[in-house]
Amino acid sequence: MTAQSATPVTERNAALAGVLQRQGAAVVLVLGIAAAWFAFPRFGSPDNLRDLALQSSFLAVIALGMTFVIISGGIDLSVGSNYALGGVLAAYGAQYGLVVAILLPLAVCSLIGFVNGLLIARTGMAPFIVTLASLLFARGLLLALTSEGATTYKVDAGSAFLWLGQGTIFGIGVPVYLTLVLFALGGLLLRRTRFGQSVFAIGGAEQSALLMGLPVARTKISLYTLSGALAGVAGILTAAYLQSGVTVIGVGTELDAISVVVIGGTLLTGGAGTIVGTLVGVLLRTLIQNVINQIGTLDSNYQTVVSGAFLLVVVVIQRLLARSRTR
Amino acid sequence: MSTATLERAKVTAWLQDYGVYLAVVVLLLFNVVFTENFLSAANFRTQLVQAAPVCIVALGMALVIGTEGIDLSVGSVMSIAAALIPLYLGAGSLTAIVVAVLAGIVSGLFSGYLVAYLGIQPIIATLALLVGGRGLALVIAHGQLVQLHNRDFLELGTGDVLGVPIMVIVAAVLAVLAGLVVQRTTFGRHLVAVGGNRAASTLAGLPVKRVLVGVYVISGALAAVAGVLATSRLAASDPNDLGLLMELSAITAVVVGGTPLSGGRVRVLGTVFGALLMQLVHATLIKHNLPDSTAQMVQAAIIVVAVYVARERSSR
Repeated sequence: MTAQSATPVTERNAALAGVLQRQGAAVVLVLGIAAAWFAFPRFGSPDNLRDLALQSSFLAVIALGMTFVIISGGIDLSVGSNYALGGVLAAYGAQYGLVVAILLPLAVCSLIGFVNGLLIARTGMAPFIVTLASLLFARGLLLALTSEGATTYKVDAGSAFLWLGQGTIFGIGVPVYLTLVLFALGGLLLRRTRFGQSVFAIGGAEQSALLMGLPVARTKISLYTLSGALAGVAGILTAAYLQSGVTVIGVGTELDAISVVVIGGTLLTGGAGTIVGTLVGVLLRTLIQNVINQIGTLDSNYQTVVSGAFLLVVVVIQRLLARSRTR
Repeated sequence: MSTATLERAKVTAWLQDYGVYLAVVVLLLFNVVFTENFLSAANFRTQLVQAAPVCIVALGMALVIGTEGIDLSVGSVMSIAAALIPLYLGAGSLTAIVVAVLAGIVSGLFSGYLVAYLGIQPIIATLALLVGGRGLALVIAHGQLVQLHNRDFLELGTGDVLGVPIMVIVAAVLAVLAGLVVQRTTFGRHLVAVGGNRAASTLAGLPVKRVLVGVYVISGALAAVAGVLATSRLAASDPNDLGLLMELSAITAVVVGGTPLSGGRVRVLGTVFGALLMQLVHATLIKHNLPDSTAQMVQAAIIVVAVYVARERSSR
């Protein structure tokens, strides 16, 4: 294992494995885009590319919060329900004006995240179970708000709120810009602040982080609050885009978010991961869906088969590369 | 330790061991007194039949959780089993059932191999099958719901023997088998050891990898059985909706039943009662005209309370 005993060749292999592990998804994304560009004439059209970016943005916002949570060694299963709840609250709030449409879902979704964090950090319960419970809770709250899903809140066509989802700047959708801003802020938060360092430290070795005097509980509570808030933001954007609060969205979104985070190179064991990787993971997922749609003759159900297979391939490769590096 | 904290620890330990049974009894008594038409054979039948598929899936899940794993793929495995049924019913219902269960076993082998031999975390290994499995089921079924008319096959979900629904008998037999496996077999002892301390089990020369593959195979097979039974009861193969969120229901039943997520302990009877409890909670709320939404929120609260109580043992 020591550097002295390793021959230069195996050292180089280990370095290559490291690069592949970190950048593999990006390489696949670039190759995939190039292939799609040549194979499908419609793929490279500005319309399609704009659509690709817009479709990616909703999941990207959720996955951003999930990246923080997973780097800390946790998991947040409640984001899908929280996302749907946020959308319904935004559409409901829109009748009282733009401010309510934004603040109401943000407040409720952050609160759910905060309670998740509080339970996880203060009682030592497993994140998996706590957020599983809040998945049920948020979905229940959503159903209660919409009288068992029967009521759909429509946003008035003239509402300024709609600009958030349907507006464009230089032809590109507003959600795309917002997503990029959030990712830039997220990157700064993760890489340039004490909070970000604590997240990595907790994910790497929680006991040591505690012994080092890091504010473990406070950081965890903030993390889950952040994840809840971002799910709320995604809900707001989706409601503005669809012009209504749709009760049936968000089922399984937590798993999509986890998949793209993992595909992006963040380790589920915690302690390592990048924001950019998550963005790459989201784009790859949208690319796969887009390509399957372009093929047209292919059963659209293959989307999930390919997504599942792709997730698996990425994880297996990550695992094998990790092994070859430690050898 | 002061007397007060000692008392509290005793109460907690008692609740951990018997809480789920107590909760089922209390809820039954509540319903007998306050719910109209609760004390009827027809109602008990309905409750048991509705709890049966969750119970069967939860038994497999309990074994997996006993090894400190988790199986998120169970719902998708159910849908694969459902999708295969109409394709093979022409060759007889036994053939269809065997094919469906084999598909469950193959799914389990797949997850187990990833977990045991490639060292991939259970949550991710089974997440891939959760995502891809339902897609596969939909591809097999061309996304269609198929009505079933084969009498033999429908008998499974609707028929009974000596007044007891066949579904309930199957669930009960499987629960007894699971109990025997955990308590009386080498495999069961190995399973608990692997969940308690995997490194030590490896050093002690236990067949860790084979045990891990084994539990995922059992879980896959049981999920397929639940898929077959649910399909028969519905009289339709519905790969779109069958087993959706089943992983969550099964995990809840296991955890509420007192099996810790940290592995090393499997409570089979607790799991059965966990499934019954969740069914009873749901039925109680519905019968008192509380909507589904409230039922979900109450379930969420129960999960948190159950895990909060269970947590104290592991931290002691």
